Amino acid sequence: MAVVEIKNLTKVFKEGTLGAVNNVNLETKEGEFLVLLGPSGSGKTTLLRMIAGLEKPTSGEILIGGGVVNHLSPRERGIAMVFQSYALYPHLTVYDNITFPLKAQKVPKHLHKEKVEWATGLLGIGKLLSRKPRELSGGERQRVALARAIVREPRVFLLDEPLSNLDAKLRASAREELEQFHSRIKTTTIYVTHDQVEAMAMGDRIVVLHQGEVCQIGTPQEVYDDPADTFVATFLGAPPTNLLEFSEVIVGFRPEVFLPSEVIPGSAQAIFRFRVNYVEYLGAERLLYGTIEGGNFESKEKEIISRLSWTMPSGYEAGSVYDFAAADLDLRFFDRKTGKRTNSRPRPWQ
Amino acid sequence: MAVEDRRVGLFMFLPAVTFIVLLIGLPLALAIMYAFSDARIGSTSFHYVGLENFRSILQSPSFRDALRNSVVFTVAAQIIVIVASTILSIALAAPFRGRRFVRYLILLPWVAPISLGAIGWKWILDSIYSVITWVLVWAHVFKPYSAPMWLGEPKLAMASVILVHCWRLIPFSTVIMLAGRSAIPKEIPEAAAIDGAGFWRTEFLINVPMMLPIINVAVLFGTIFTFTDMTVVYILTAGGPFDSTQTLPNLAFSTGIQGSDLAAGAAISLFLVPVLILIAYFMLRAAHRAEVT
Amino acid sequence: MQRGELREIRNKLVQYAVLAIFAVLLAFPFYWMVIATFKQNIDLYNVENNPFKFNLPPTLDHLKLLFFDTRYVRWLGNTALVGVLVVIITLAFALPAAYALARLTGRWGQRLGIGIFLTYLIPPTLLFIPLSRVVAILGLQDTIWSVVLVDPSFTIPFSIWLLMGFFKSIPKELEDAAMVDGLTRFGAFVKLVVPISTSGILTVVIFTFTLVTQEFVYALTFISPESQQMVGVGIPIFLVRGDVYFWGSLMAACLITSLPIALLYNMFLDRFIAGFTVGAIK
Repeated sequence: MAVVEIKNLTKVFKEGTLGAVNNVNLETKEGEFLVLLGPSGSGKTTLLRMIAGLEKPTSGEILIGGGVVNHLSPRERGIAMVFQSYALYPHLTVYDNITFPLKAQKVPKHLHKEKVEWATGLLGIGKLLSRKPRELSGGERQRVALARAIVREPRVFLLDEPLSNLDAKLRASAREELEQFHSRIKTTTIYVTHDQVEAMAMGDRIVVLHQGEVCQIGTPQEVYDDPADTFVATFLGAPPTNLLEFSEVIVGFRPEVFLPSEVIPGSAQAIFRFRVNYVEYLGAERLLYGTIEGGNFESKEKEIISRLSWTMPSGYEAGSVYDFAAADLDLRFFDRKTGKRTNSRPRPWQ
Repeated sequence: MAVEDRRVGLFMFLPAVTFIVLLIGLPLALAIMYAFSDARIGSTSFHYVGLENFRSILQSPSFRDALRNSVVFTVAAQIIVIVASTILSIALAAPFRGRRFVRYLILLPWVAPISLGAIGWKWILDSIYSVITWVLVWAHVFKPYSAPMWLGEPKLAMASVILVHCWRLIPFSTVIMLAGRSAIPKEIPEAAAIDGAGFWRTEFLINVPMMLPIINVAVLFGTIFTFTDMTVVYILTAGGPFDSTQTLPNLAFSTGIQGSDLAAGAAISLFLVPVLILIAYFMLRAAHRAEVT
Repeated sequence: MQRGELREIRNKLVQYAVLAIFAVLLAFPFYWMVIATFKQNIDLYNVENNPFKFNLPPTLDHLKLLFFDTRYVRWLGNTALVGVLVVIITLAFALPAAYALARLTGRWGQRLGIGIFLTYLIPPTLLFIPLSRVVAILGLQDTIWSVVLVDPSFTIPFSIWLLMGFFKSIPKELEDAAMVDGLTRFGAFVKLVVPISTSGILTVVIFTFTLVTQEFVYALTFISPESQQMVGVGIPIFLVRGDVYFWGSLMAACLITSLPIALLYNMFLDRFIAGFTVGAIK
């Protein structure tokens, strides 16, 4: 049984305007780490807050553990949430922060100590118990927030971009801690982020959201290799997928599959005349920025990127034109009008 | 910082400082001097008399009443005001239609000139024509013409003075508390809601403790406004009946200006200073703590 | 109906009830003033009559008495004049001082700022006795000039405090750019900072003016003659002839004087609160 089910969920803030969340359907798998990924304004935080009960849906249903929870207040839903700012109670010690939910849910006092010990043991913050939040570092605050969330043994964990307030160095180690944490407690987790690298690294499945609608739900491999539309194709992966328009079709190919023609085995490949405009040397790889010459493609000035690993031959210089190609199997086709994935005969421009 | 800058800064700052020194510092020094002298209105004699003024006013029952009343009125008013404005600020926190208008109504006691509000209450509490009396008679709580004299009986007069002070201060406190409440990050009460806290737990274990510095400010200002005010008593009761509503500022006024005894008046008003110093200490401590965190 | 919806409705009802009770208790005296202003004396001074409605048709007699038979208009004029003068004096002293404190005095700025604030704690009811002598010696006794001189002593500190917070929110780079372009520090102040601070200055003007109209102790102490008095003192003192209170006109005067001040005050409330709470909340 799915822990969280969303059915036709819509949220409109102002009448007559486009909804922040439009007709979203999704179902979590037991114990999975589900990522809600999208740019700002995509509705991912609004969706999370509706699941938490902090925002009321305009229409649709939210089910947790099989029961509809639309009318239930947050505390009746059996969820725990970690906010972007962690929202630790500044006037309480770490110990009081963690026992606050226990007291609120009238858990008998003699059980508090062991629950706190279990939660703080899991996160390694046992010696911080008498400190106040302002005395803690960013990473320590995240751990306290997690301890406070987990001490009630919720059915679902909701996390709202908890890593975005940390600086880059800290973010990597905090991310690792989160992943370990999840593998230890195995509670179903819904995680909101705009960072596609985070999503790919942490998610069991990713829900890609754009302007309030679900574009695609799939494993990291599925959304990367098999994007459902041009938005997914360009949002995941950096540098983004190259897109070229030709009559009714858009053809897309990732920079790492766009290589010198000689390097690609076989003849089932689409060859382009590639004029290199400039080169970025990044150590383990090189990025070649350029444009396509010839062919019948529209928008000839569109910037196309090739991503060459250090093992590839070098010597490609700005100002010259080369034969670059992508294997037929690596081409993805999208309908020009809708942006959605479509089939096409190979190399329709030939 | 450039030297010319510092000089310019001093020039810009000096006029205000001079004004304040001349019109606050100087009179303060004078007040202290008068308290130790025999100054009177209309006479130019000015002799040092040591602690004579203090001795005589400390023996006066009027003074003891005034001192007691000043403290009682202030403490009672603050307690009532803090409780009332906490409740009111909770009620005003959630948005609703017509909020601006309600806020305007609620603020009227504070923004209207003190003397005019006091006069309004004097009419409401009038011994014969009081509207409160009328309502109580109409509800058969009292028989006609047998209702108490709100400003004429000592205990009731004290209660009336406290009431008017509270009436004036509640809007002020409430608005300050609303400001403090809006400084609480939205996610904190949301986290409390998710953690399972209901309305009362969130309000009194999370919101109010976080507003403590603001509540502190409201109490300190409210104390100053009540303790040093002479207008309300002057208009409502002039200190009567039988000195039951006499306060330090009013006694200072009636002794020093109406009674022409500047020295005694100054001595009485100096008794305001210990409380003011206490308040200054608390305010400085609160400001210092705010800096540290 | 779901349990959640029921709870929401109950909460709303409680909220409205609390608000209604407080609004009535706090605003009631003003409603009362409105009624008393227009009630005929026979109606007003009759204990049997219901005080909440007009048992006899309303009258303009009290207003006529107030405007034509008392010095009320004169008091309004006096107060307005004093208000304007005090505003000018306050701005002249407080604007440069606030700027200096906000920009130029570094760590001393904090200390001096707190020092200014502490002058608040020295109330008029402590200073009025020595000040009455100062006023008499200067020959300003019984004239409006006494309050014009003394009132800035409480409007200037407050205005410095308000303006300081305001100036601090203007980015320093603006003046630095102006000085690089050739203005002196003072020139930058006059030509650049003051013109863009109109809302802060307006706030100070409004509050200084309302503080002057509220003032009671100094006006009562320094001014005796009826014709020179301020409105805040004139109404409770001089609208009483002997032992007789002209309640109808009294209430009319209170109403007419209070409501415009309330309106002005309300418009600038948020700024005012910032002035009080700058230290406590960051």
